[in-house]
Amino acid sequence: MPATFTRHTVETERKDPGFGGKPPVDRRPTGGGGGDENWDSRHSRRHGPREQLMRYRMAVFSILAADLVFFAVLVSAFFVRQSSVHIAANDNVISDWHPLNAPPILWINTAILLLSAVTIEVARRQLFHEIDIMEEWLGLGRPAVRRAAPWLIATIVLGCLFLAGQWMAWQQLAQQGLFFSSNPNSYFFYLVTGTHGVHLLLGIGALVFALVAMFRFRRVELRQIAVDCTAWYWHAMGLFWLFLFVLIVFFQ
Amino acid sequence: MSLRRHIFTTEPKALARLYLYLSLLAVVTGTLLSLLIRIHRTWPTVAMPLYGVIRPEDYLALVTMHGTLMIFFVLTVVPQSAFPNLVLPAQIGGRGMALPRLNAAAFWITLASLLVLLGAFFVPEGAPISGWTSYPPLSALASAGPGQATGMDLWLASITLFCLAAVLSSVNFLVTILARRGEGMTFGRLPLTVWSWLASSGLTVIAFTALFVAAAMLFSDRHLGTSFFLPAGLVVNGIPRAGGSGSPMLWLHLFWFFGHPEVYITILPGMGLASSLLANFTRRPVPAYRFMVAATLLIGVLGLGVWGHHIFVTGMNPYAGTAFGLTTMAIAIPSSAEVLTWLAMLFRGRLRINTPSLFILGFLSFFIAGGLTGPILAQPALDAYLHNTFFVVAHFHLVMAMAGVFSIFAGIYYWYPLLTGRRMNEALGQIHFWISLIAAYGTFFPMHLAGLAGEPRHYAQLAGPVESFARLLPVERGITWSAFLLAAAQLVFLFNVFWSARARVAPAGANPWRATTPEWSPAEHPIISGGPYDYGTDYPGTSSGSREDFRPQWKPEKPF
Amino acid sequence: MNWLPPNGALRGVALDHLLGWNLSIIFWLFVGAQVLLVAALVRTWLIRSGSSARTAPAHAGRTYFLAHVLPLLAIAALYVWMLVSSHRLWAARREQPACGPAMQVEVTGVQFQWYFRYPGRDGIFGTTKPALVSAPTGNPLGLDPADPHAADDVVSSMLVLPAGQPVDITLRSQDVIHGFFVPGMRLKQDAVPGMTSHLHFTPTVPGDYVILCSQVCGLGHYRMQARLRVVSPEQFDSWLNARENAVLSAAAAPAPGAER
Repeated sequence: MPATFTRHTVETERKDPGFGGKPPVDRRPTGGGGGDENWDSRHSRRHGPREQLMRYRMAVFSILAADLVFFAVLVSAFFVRQSSVHIAANDNVISDWHPLNAPPILWINTAILLLSAVTIEVARRQLFHEIDIMEEWLGLGRPAVRRAAPWLIATIVLGCLFLAGQWMAWQQLAQQGLFFSSNPNSYFFYLVTGTHGVHLLLGIGALVFALVAMFRFRRVELRQIAVDCTAWYWHAMGLFWLFLFVLIVFFQ
Repeated sequence: MSLRRHIFTTEPKALARLYLYLSLLAVVTGTLLSLLIRIHRTWPTVAMPLYGVIRPEDYLALVTMHGTLMIFFVLTVVPQSAFPNLVLPAQIGGRGMALPRLNAAAFWITLASLLVLLGAFFVPEGAPISGWTSYPPLSALASAGPGQATGMDLWLASITLFCLAAVLSSVNFLVTILARRGEGMTFGRLPLTVWSWLASSGLTVIAFTALFVAAAMLFSDRHLGTSFFLPAGLVVNGIPRAGGSGSPMLWLHLFWFFGHPEVYITILPGMGLASSLLANFTRRPVPAYRFMVAATLLIGVLGLGVWGHHIFVTGMNPYAGTAFGLTTMAIAIPSSAEVLTWLAMLFRGRLRINTPSLFILGFLSFFIAGGLTGPILAQPALDAYLHNTFFVVAHFHLVMAMAGVFSIFAGIYYWYPLLTGRRMNEALGQIHFWISLIAAYGTFFPMHLAGLAGEPRHYAQLAGPVESFARLLPVERGITWSAFLLAAAQLVFLFNVFWSARARVAPAGANPWRATTPEWSPAEHPIISGGPYDYGTDYPGTSSGSREDFRPQWKPEKPF
Repeated sequence: MNWLPPNGALRGVALDHLLGWNLSIIFWLFVGAQVLLVAALVRTWLIRSGSSARTAPAHAGRTYFLAHVLPLLAIAALYVWMLVSSHRLWAARREQPACGPAMQVEVTGVQFQWYFRYPGRDGIFGTTKPALVSAPTGNPLGLDPADPHAADDVVSSMLVLPAGQPVDITLRSQDVIHGFFVPGMRLKQDAVPGMTSHLHFTPTVPGDYVILCSQVCGLGHYRMQARLRVVSPEQFDSWLNARENAVLSAAAAPAPGAER
């Protein structure tokens, strides 16, 4: 039974060329050790450019799996902390958990982040657009890069807006007199938004890197990898934020 | 320039060598600490040269550092970082690591983590005293004891770095196994060691991330005024401490959610190695390969759901105790299945006796000896007596430390030709084995008796108002002498390691153990065309007309 | 089994019995497995040279069943038996409350000392406040003098219990996690700060037993020991009476620190 891990991906994605599609080198009529007829042979599958893309994607997904555990632990700590009480004198059950009114700006921030998920997805798809990529591969210009760049820039702007919004939310809380160590709920708020913010900061760094990479990298495959991996990371951060947002707003 | 190439290498075998040196430093330090521990327990008032008399707090610092060094930097680093770097890319017939720079970065972070940890010895008040489990509030409050200020901070920093390194290198291994297998290396042809690394790397990504967060929260409790783990109403050293109502139980759950998978991270590679080596040295295939794969993966998955058996008597809900007892018994079943398979393998062919095969027998012996007390400790009612006594110390030193170390020795003796082109000296190897085996049993078996007598862990002395432990003193003395013997036997190994590389012994040849797995393939990128354990067949040898009893994975099914 | 300290509790007998069974089964399994390992070595020496070719695959299925599945089923059954048999004991000790009216004692762990508190004549523990904790002035638990229930509470550094009377222990800790361990009563429970745990047992055999700390709690962990004295009910009553009288007369006098 041959390994089918990457093969399956390839086959399903071939049916849908627009989505996460294949880089053009596989379609090269000559050179590189084979043409189309070699597509399914193990050799070309192992050495093809898709292999590199899949490798980096898998790495990003593994790191995101670790990240998922990271946030899952935070969330479980949130619930444990929320339900923990101590018994004071005269058997009074005391909880030091003060419900917190999430600043309304969080709603706007969430909308901004969702919008940025759309823009980055558009940018990502541009880089897998078959005709454009063929053109780039043949060195006839960089239509895919040209089309993706504005979307990528839009994502960076939206990401910065989101972070600014989170900063404003912190300011609003601080005005209410709630600081990091005021009570467990407030430090959970700062902790959750803070760690997520650091993740987003890294994500913006990755976006800038991808933007530069699109113009500077010579190989189409590397440009694709830079944008693709950043996009998946960004999506995951959006998804994590949705969960954290629901946690903060609805589980007080 | 060449130094830079040597040091900042991304070449896996060079990294494996660096990891092995790092672990050597850790294991030598850890062993010396354990000897100091034994000396203090047996002769509490004797003054050590260069050290003076060991005080009770020094004793706890020694125990903490011994545990941390051994568990993280020896039992995790060697099977989970050094060995995969040494053989994993070759064993999957592949073309190197998927993420070589990430992999190299992991080594440097591990080294930084080790140096930070060792630095804890040299700060004021010395190393932390709260044990390798670092239960808060003892670990959260600098005022709770000596070493809990700067020493504890360094410990936390070291663990955080180690978590980062472990996750990064495991991500690399996962992606390598999934995406960088060589031509023809299907999942059904993966050596069992690779399956073990797949399971243990998955566990590492999950478990070490949990520890990472827990460590960060503990740091926040220590320095940022939060109270994740600190309850209200604490009075430490007679001084009341204000604080919210956090709970130490949160740390206990998070820590053991890491801590128990960690046990499997350290031992799963050894289990895969045992299967491979037993197949080789009995010249018979592994029976029920798929079954072994399933057992390995099942242990990995179940390993995530048994952490509660470490905290049966720690204020956990008693019904949860029952549930964790059940899951623990469940994980004992695939482990027992693997043990039965190994025992059966011993009698399928004639066992070749050499140093690696003896060490695998030793691994089996300790894994069984330590594993059998597992089901006793998994019963909450019995654990309520045995918890935190020397019975537990005996249990995990046999099943995790000794079994783990013996599988590490087996791996080093077996893969040594890959590093040096030579085999290690056989006579010295067997002397090393027999002394280590006897001394290890002499050290850890009597601890069961001390545990049954009720002797708790972490006791600097058996004195105090209790006379009842007086009868244990002869046992303790025997353990100490045995530990000295065990440590001395390792000198034979160290000598052998360095002497065998330099001595004018004949090169071992390309495939000295006549093994089937592709780390022994003479070609750089072999084309894999068969299962991993095709022993006991009739196959043409390398020279014309010769016959061999095995078919390497890189040889075609129908020769010529 | 004579390694275990003498048992003095009602359920300790059942536990010793169970532990004995478990240990003997495990011990013989251990011996059997080690014999197999040695047999493999001996076998190698006996068959000096053997044909290396694969032999007799004809009965592979049956051999596999005999060598793998059957022992595995037996071992799984053994695990189930262990779990079921010990669960009864666990349920009786932890999942169910003490049978009958249990005497109340509060145990508090402090670095590196155990304190035992009896509720006094009113049968109610007085409130404690962390701010009032002061061991040098004789109030190690922070008893609140404003609370009338606290006035008759007896605080002792030795645990004295009447034989044959079920006891319900309320377990607390002031600073770090301690482990309340009474080997002679086969009893262990961690005292976690911020939580109160309960455990119950019935001492049956009069005598002195040692109380240890089983969870590393700091530099004095090894000397955090106390004594449990099990006496006849009459002796206990007179001891408690004397202590209560002493406490009440001290409370009547204004001088603090006489409580101990």
